[in-house]
Amino acid sequence: MKLTIQVNEGPYQHQASDSAYYFTKAALEKGHEIFRVFFYHDGVNNGTRLTTPPQDDRNIVNRWSELAKAHDLDMVICVAAAQRRGIVDDGEAERNGKDATNIADGFRISGLGQLIEGAVQSDRLVVFGD
Amino acid sequence: MSILHIVNKSPYEKNSLDVAAGYAQDGDSVLLIEDAVYAAAKSGKASAKLNGLDVSVLGSDLAARGISEDKLVDGVAVVDYAGFVDLVEAKDTVQSWL
Amino acid sequence: MAEESKKLMYVNRRAPYGTIYAWESLEVVLIGAAFDQDVSLAFMDDGVYQLTKGQSTEGSGMKNFSPTYSALGDYEVTKIYVEKESMQERGLTLEDLQHLVWEDEDDDWAERDSIRLVSRDELAKVMAEQDVLFNF
Repeated sequence: MKLTIQVNEGPYQHQASDSAYYFTKAALEKGHEIFRVFFYHDGVNNGTRLTTPPQDDRNIVNRWSELAKAHDLDMVICVAAAQRRGIVDDGEAERNGKDATNIADGFRISGLGQLIEGAVQSDRLVVFGD
Repeated sequence: MSILHIVNKSPYEKNSLDVAAGYAQDGDSVLLIEDAVYAAAKSGKASAKLNGLDVSVLGSDLAARGISEDKLVDGVAVVDYAGFVDLVEAKDTVQSWL
Repeated sequence: MAEESKKLMYVNRRAPYGTIYAWESLEVVLIGAAFDQDVSLAFMDDGVYQLTKGQSTEGSGMKNFSPTYSALGDYEVTKIYVEKESMQERGLTLEDLQHLVWEDEDDDWAERDSIRLVSRDELAKVMAEQDVLFNF
């Protein structure tokens, strides 16, 4: 089964990102293909590398980065939602005159078309949100 | 085509479970995750909303909330994330009632 | 790209302005139009409020995005399902909603209504025909 996952909420505030992560991991363990994980609305906040969660709690951002690295996942952050919320990569910093970038490893910023493409190309779209 | 209806909010907080139950047709399944697992506790009024539905509930979300399986309403299947993945595959589409 | 077009439905259940979901959902619809799929929108619960007339946002400082709904016809969105029960609960009638239309090029660009007022049961059947259900 080819899956696209949509994550609508940011780290810690809602359980959505956790649920999406464990679902994605289980799907991979069962041998399914993850076409894309698409972060929308506040979900783009899963892609900042500047979080410092407490030592005794899960590191949501790093967990996604590690999963992406282990399985060569395509994790996309919506550009419009990212601009609103301040998730910035080199390209965005240059285009929008920002003096810093904060994108975490394994994430890339791209257009909403990536979500539609994911939905069209996959067998299932699974949405996690509030 | 069949639908897996995923409900993630508590039935005491939001109407999502009511809406899901209203939209579920024969052959569909319902999966309770996150705060929606409270609906499966037999002591709560919301458990009645599950009548007539094919319901599964995510075990790790039950455990996190201290709901032991003996407290569940009858007829609800407890699944793990692997089971969640199987449910997604078993139905034709997924509807997340956020 | 997929060979056959898929049936994509965008499900809207939230009111506008109190949260961003209504607007950001519309943004997906607009971008999605370029993909030439069989698109429909569903409005139920507080989502029906998104389509109401007379939204005036100056005092709230928010961007009034309600005019965007009237442009949906130009983006080939011709099927906008609105759930009757949600309307009734909220004391709304079709008169309270924007008159959304699309132009039928197969009929000399005749204007047709995009909004289809349907019961929950009817909408459930339409949902069961979809390949993809987007939720925000």
